[in-house]
Amino acid sequence: MLGPSGCGKTTLLRMIAGFNSIEGGDFYFNEERINDKEPSKRNIGMVFQNYAIFPHLTVRQNVEFGLKQRKLSKEQIKTQTDKFLKLMQIDTYQERLPERLSGGQQQRVALARALAIMPDVLLMDEPLSNLDAKLRVEMREAIRNIQKEVGITTVYVTHDQEEAMAVSDRVAIMKDGIIQHLGTPQDIYHRPENTFVATFIGRTNLLEGKLTQENGQMYVSVEQEAPFAIDVNTTEAQDVVVSIRPEEFQICTSGEGIKAEVLDSIFLGLNTHYYCKLGNGKVIEVVSESDLRSNVEKGSEVVLAVKSHKINVFDQNGETNYSKGM
Amino acid sequence: MKAKLRMDPWKLITIGVILLYAIFLLYPVGKLLLQAFVDKTSGDITFNYFIKFFSQSYYFDTLMNSFKVSLCATALALAVGTPLAYLFTMYRVKGKKVLQVLIIIASMSAPFIGAYAWILLLGRNGVITNFFNQTVGFQTPDIYGFGGILLVFTLQLFPLVFLYVQGALRNVDNSLIEASENMGCTGAKRFFKVIIPLIMPMLLAAMLLVFMRALADFGTPMLIGEGYRTFPVLIFTEFLGEVSGDDGFAAAIAIIAVLITTIVFLVQKWVANRKSFSMNSLHPIEEKNFQNKRTSIVSYIFCYGVVGLAILPQAYVIYTSFLNTRGKIFVEGYSFESYRTAFSRLGNSIQNTILIPGIALVLIILLAVLISYLTVRRKNPATGTIDVISMVPYIIPGTVLGIALLTAFNTGIMGSGILAIGGTIGIMIVALVIRRLPYTIRSSTATLQQIPMSIEEAALSLGCSKMKTFFKITVPMMANGIIAGAILSWVTMISELSTAVLLYTVKTQTLTVSIYQQVVRGNYGVAAALAAILTTLTVISLLIFMKISKSDNVTI
Repeated sequence: MLGPSGCGKTTLLRMIAGFNSIEGGDFYFNEERINDKEPSKRNIGMVFQNYAIFPHLTVRQNVEFGLKQRKLSKEQIKTQTDKFLKLMQIDTYQERLPERLSGGQQQRVALARALAIMPDVLLMDEPLSNLDAKLRVEMREAIRNIQKEVGITTVYVTHDQEEAMAVSDRVAIMKDGIIQHLGTPQDIYHRPENTFVATFIGRTNLLEGKLTQENGQMYVSVEQEAPFAIDVNTTEAQDVVVSIRPEEFQICTSGEGIKAEVLDSIFLGLNTHYYCKLGNGKVIEVVSESDLRSNVEKGSEVVLAVKSHKINVFDQNGETNYSKGM
Repeated sequence: MKAKLRMDPWKLITIGVILLYAIFLLYPVGKLLLQAFVDKTSGDITFNYFIKFFSQSYYFDTLMNSFKVSLCATALALAVGTPLAYLFTMYRVKGKKVLQVLIIIASMSAPFIGAYAWILLLGRNGVITNFFNQTVGFQTPDIYGFGGILLVFTLQLFPLVFLYVQGALRNVDNSLIEASENMGCTGAKRFFKVIIPLIMPMLLAAMLLVFMRALADFGTPMLIGEGYRTFPVLIFTEFLGEVSGDDGFAAAIAIIAVLITTIVFLVQKWVANRKSFSMNSLHPIEEKNFQNKRTSIVSYIFCYGVVGLAILPQAYVIYTSFLNTRGKIFVEGYSFESYRTAFSRLGNSIQNTILIPGIALVLIILLAVLISYLTVRRKNPATGTIDVISMVPYIIPGTVLGIALLTAFNTGIMGSGILAIGGTIGIMIVALVIRRLPYTIRSSTATLQQIPMSIEEAALSLGCSKMKTFFKITVPMMANGIIAGAILSWVTMISELSTAVLLYTVKTQTLTVSIYQQVVRGNYGVAAALAAILTTLTVISLLIFMKISKSDNVTI
């Protein structure tokens, strides 16, 4: 689950866990309705943002904790604990108290503890937000691998879109308590449900456009520039919002496309970002792969070719995506 | 549905706690209130007791006296404690660790022992008085009355201010000090313009505490006040006086006392709320060396002088406990005679001093943990009520509570014989629990607020039931804070006098009561020996506290 802060991701997660009351609607784990179950009976593994590791128990005791509540034999507890200590690579410091662990290690303890009880669902609330950037990338790969290996349905809350893309099979974008789009990371990036999703994931230019029809073919003109052919799910001529991501433009020196003037460019290594002014004065962002040759000079006139199969066309309110492949 | 029918154990605990408060706090205080308005012989409602109090300056003056001496003591304690804490935080003072421990010890002793020691030093036949009289022919100022009470209160209470201010200064970020210096504000100007406003919330809290303690203290004015009567003394004499004793009148005075403390409490709350803000320092203030010789010397004289004066009474009492005595007079030679007599006369004092606060402590910890959990984690109107009621004992002076408990339970509830705990160890335990509970609740509430909710949720989601989570996760995590708070409670309870002196019988007499009696009877040697024993107990407890909490950071 991905969304700006305050959109209700954590609230939803805590409803699943049973820590927040449910005013309406039902939650089902397979066929079983869990609304009225005590949190302790839901068989949920939860990883908290601050890890919530019991500071007075050792690493091993932390991992064992959930198993001990389940009245398993000593033998079973031991094998299960060992398995997850090993899996999370924390078996070497299992006798330590948590205060002597680094952030990444604490994270691993929290995950091992949640997984050890073989939960029906694993819930993770921004689990990586307290780690530094490098560790975050490392841990999210570890989480992804282990989740695949153990095969537990996982609900993962984050506000970091890259993280969401990296760990998820399906991403739910939330805003104001409503899921805006539920789909694969590819779907969400390439065919966002609405303009909120389009702007929230990655960067995009939202431009005014006009759909027209000619001989059964739809054309779109962007910011009063020359129209080009496009495949959409509507045949109605209308005003639209066109979302063109910076990399969906191609900078050419001549040929067909939108005329623009380069205002500024920022070299970022792999890519170079350009700020271009269109004919009607609107400034847009364009990205292209950096080139050995000198980049396009400031103030030069360029033509922007649009990769029309990639762009998204929304209705005027930005609520429906007309693009093919939705 | 089955799940709905099962009672949440916390609901039962809520009801239990409210019941306990109703029986042991609201009922006694309510009964006292009633007594103040009901004529003893006719049973009619009357305001005569109040009219009597306000119409005769003999009575009314005690109130003014109490106010005057408490206000002055608060001001002086602030004037001494604040700079001392400031110097300790800002500068490298040699021997700081030792001074700190001495300050804490001074703050923890029973005030009346201080009063008694000052009588020995500066009284009519005091060592210092005699020394000046005989060698220099100089008449030392009279220690009895207003001045003496003020001296004892100030020395007894400035450590509280010191500890509060020191705690507040620990939360002041060094960058604030540097920023003010950067803008050209240094030295005394910085102290008044930057430091004082920053620690204002804590200063206000300290003021309230000091004022309340001074106002409610019974032992000091009783011993050293002589003609200068304060109202705890008046309540005591009115209630116990064999000739003029009048329960109804004592109750009326008690009501007036509670009214006044309530007003003071509310005013402080009101001011404190308007001034409240929170600080969190990333870089605590760093100690510096004194800038020059002169400030250094002045500061050292101040620090050592104040601490020396504060610890002097205790030290002197311990010294005199080894002297030979004849009644009120200490004679030549050293021996353990006082101790021998003390032990032979002790009766159950020592056992009682361990037993009564011990049982009270267990109850206090249990109740404080439960109540703080209820008020922090289970917020609802019922627990909100508990939160308010639990703070009521703050504003009830010890003597008042003693009278209330006696009237309520001497013959059992409503005279039924149920819970007729008057004169037993039970009533003393109840008194201690009620008086000390608010402080322990506050400290365990603070501890609990620092434990993130998610830790308990983690335990729940791992399949742990609510009660099990509380005992296996919450309580162990609170343990350090609770134990530290408990030891401080213990120390204050073993030196408690103002309630015990009303409630004790021969069988339930504690050390403080014994000391008080010996002082009153003039057996100074025995009193000194007993006081030395009490001080030893206190010091040992404090050392254990510092060992456990791994700090010398004492908050009361």
